[in-house]
Amino acid sequence: MKNSLGAVQSVLVLGGDSDIAFATLRELICARTRTIILAGRSPERLEARAADLRELGATSVEVTHFDGADTGSHEAFVDQVFSHNGDVDLVFVAFGTLGSQMEDELDRERTLTVIQSNYVGAVSVLIPIAAALKHQGHGTIVVMSTVAAERPRRSNYIYGSSKAGIDWFAQGLGDALKGSGVNVMIVRPGFVKSKMTSHMEDAPLAATPEEVAQAIVAGLRRNHEMVWVPGKIRWVMSVLRHLPRAIFRRLNL
Amino acid sequence: MLKRLKSMTGMTGEDGLPAQRLLTGWGRTAPTLATVSRPTTEADISRLMTASPERGLIARGLGRSYGDPAQNAGGSVLDMTGLNHVHHFDVENGLIGVEAGLSLQQLTSMVLPFGFFLPVSPGTQFVTVGGAIASDIHGKNHHVDGSFCNHVTAIDILTPTGERQTASPEQNAGLFWATAGGMGMTGIILRATLKLPRVETSRIVVDTDRTRDLDEVMHLQQSGDERYQYSVAWVDCMARGSSLGRSILMRGNHAMLQDLKSGERATALSTRPGPGVTAPPFVPPGLLRTSSVKLLNQAWYRKAPCQERDALHTIKQFFYPLDWIGEWNRFHGPLGFLQYQFVVPDTRHDIVRTIIEALADGGWPSSLAVLKRMGPARGPLSFAIPGWTLAVDIPAGIPDLNELLDHFDDLVADAGGRIYLAKDSRMRPELLPVMYPQLMSWRDTVAQIDPQRIMRSDLDRRLRLRAEG
Ligand SMILES: Cc1cc2nc3c(=O)[nH]c(=O)nc-3n(C[C@H](O)[C@H](O)[C@H](O)COP(=O)(O)OP(=O)(O)OC[C@H]3O[C@@H](n4cnc5c(N)ncnc54)[C@H](O)[C@@H]3O)c2cc1C
Ligand SMILES: NC(=O)c1ccc[n+]([C@@H]2O[C@H](COP(=O)([O-])OP(=O)(O)OC[C@H]3O[C@@H](n4cnc5c(N)ncnc54)[C@H](OP(=O)(O)O)[C@@H]3O)[C@@H](O)[C@H]2O)c1
Repeated sequence: MKNSLGAVQSVLVLGGDSDIAFATLRELICARTRTIILAGRSPERLEARAADLRELGATSVEVTHFDGADTGSHEAFVDQVFSHNGDVDLVFVAFGTLGSQMEDELDRERTLTVIQSNYVGAVSVLIPIAAALKHQGHGTIVVMSTVAAERPRRSNYIYGSSKAGIDWFAQGLGDALKGSGVNVMIVRPGFVKSKMTSHMEDAPLAATPEEVAQAIVAGLRRNHEMVWVPGKIRWVMSVLRHLPRAIFRRLNL
Repeated sequence: MLKRLKSMTGMTGEDGLPAQRLLTGWGRTAPTLATVSRPTTEADISRLMTASPERGLIARGLGRSYGDPAQNAGGSVLDMTGLNHVHHFDVENGLIGVEAGLSLQQLTSMVLPFGFFLPVSPGTQFVTVGGAIASDIHGKNHHVDGSFCNHVTAIDILTPTGERQTASPEQNAGLFWATAGGMGMTGIILRATLKLPRVETSRIVVDTDRTRDLDEVMHLQQSGDERYQYSVAWVDCMARGSSLGRSILMRGNHAMLQDLKSGERATALSTRPGPGVTAPPFVPPGLLRTSSVKLLNQAWYRKAPCQERDALHTIKQFFYPLDWIGEWNRFHGPLGFLQYQFVVPDTRHDIVRTIIEALADGGWPSSLAVLKRMGPARGPLSFAIPGWTLAVDIPAGIPDLNELLDHFDDLVADAGGRIYLAKDSRMRPELLPVMYPQLMSWRDTVAQIDPQRIMRSDLDRRLRLRAEG
């Protein structure tokens, strides 16, 4: 159960090898978390993460297969996780793929892969997750969105649109779950230095996975529905969002 | 107002049918959803028990526990306030048989005119008899009279296997003491027989001492508490340096008829009506921040006389100073608050100082704390041990509070002390067996009483009260 100060005891991570998720789990273990389920595509990398988490103090860490794009498997996956473990206090929807805009936009299949994973897949798994948490009468869902979901940019509109989709879906889901004991928190970081962006140069206001993790933990403590990392990027984005399109386009972001 | 009251007590819909409700404790933190029913007969309760809902069931009194013991996420919660009848009252011997949903406020107003009072009064009269037993509550007289269940001569309880059993310290004692302080895990208490003490008046003769610091108040309590049936110190946990732990110590005894002025003797046993003011429904977060709490504490300290002897207080003034504002828990805003209450053995009074010092030096917005001396208690999960208990309110949602209180827990556990489960909303399950050395034997008893694990609560899930640590 989540305690009165927002510290959770058990966590399911979808996209269990994510750098941001790992940094968050570190923080959560410091507070209370003992039970962790890492779900993802690469069992070997998840096992390595699991070993690290045990070292840090988690007492029960399990690894299980999950592919966000394989929507047909999601209901059975959620069933399996919730019937074999106790309550899950926090579900962290961390998986996401950045794709490669310039190549993807020349290839319909590749574009659809990004959408299928980041949007369709996330929606597909959130539906049974929300139902399972509702059934247990409590729980928090953390959804990784991005500032790129705020306004389409020439340089990453495929990824941006997929994240905008899941961001909007998660906002609506949060409203639908009001009064059910289940909360949805959306996280919108700017550029984060993780393996997702290791091939790129740091953008302005770049954050570390640890900074994202701290913002998430603070958000859980204060019951926030939306978390921006770093905090001031919220104000930057609210200016950018209101720029006339012709000007925004010329900024070449 | 009515709607808010209902959500507070977790009552069901207009028609009395079970309803889905978000419930919290008095601290208004960590809400969870449950199916709440408000049975009005014992047959209703039997039916709800035999239905054995998938995520279990738990009783709820008036929801005055601070954390989550009267919540059951995804399961069933029985609001017991509909069972509030008095079954018998032996005025000769002060024995009264009541239903478990009766509140101490209802009970007092019924028995006081006959010259009886509660054997143990908590800091609010809005708790039920069932809740008082399940937390084996203590009052300002613990050093003399012990915990609530010491004054319960028998209970009738519906155990999870569907049996209605009678238990008392003589008969079925295992069930009785597992229920005392057992946080609802042994079943639904239906009725209880209480032994009430006699009083001549509804007033307390109170001596007040304003102390410079913690040493002075602890010295006074240690040396003088035997002379008083009731003793409580209000500590300003934000005062620092040479004023660390400055307190208002209030001690008293029931007034005799001769203590009243002749004109008051005719109404010696009267009381006045309940709360009149209610906190506004929405309070912004951070209203009770460090600066404002500091001022409040100061005002309270300054207001008290340096020393006063033989002042006559009403029961409400002395026992329930906060009850006149309904729902004062809303003042802490949407993130709610918690109460940190621990007890440490007599020899480890240094822990009380260490903790007050840490609160004061860190500038934590802790409103007035209550410092009391305790005697022993009997239930394996009863809170009291001979020593010192401190209870302090702190708003939730401030950074690093979790770490601070975890650190306090370690100090308390190391010193052979413990945290009060009726107030807890946050501690680590690992510490439970350390703080409650009789936990294992309690678990064995409860495993026999509830082999199917029907009784469930959020506190049970959070602290693994029943499972192996
Ligand atoms: C302002 C304030 C001051 C307080 N002062 C004190 C104090 O001085 N001393 C002290 O000891 N406590 C104190 N308390 C705590 C309070 O006395 C306990 O939490 C008490 O248990 C609350 O009773 P309730 O009826 O509200 O029960 P709830 O909070 O609704 O439930 C508490 C527990 O009792 C169980 N329970 C309730 N009814 C039944 C039943 N019929 N059968 C089985 N289990 C049942 C519940 O399952 C739960 O585990 C204070 C609380 C407040 C808000
Ligand atoms: N890094 C940033 O700048 C940034 C900024 C804003 C938002 N975010 C979001 O934050 C989240 C975490 O990212 P991160 O920075 O921690 O990057 P990361 O370390 O690369 O983590 C992303 C994880 O998602 C997994 N994944 C991708 N597609 C998947 C699928 N279909 N099924 C299952 N797992 C899949 C990847 O696993 P595989 O190894 O199997 O590919 C990878 O472990 C992502 O949702 C990302 O969009 C990141």
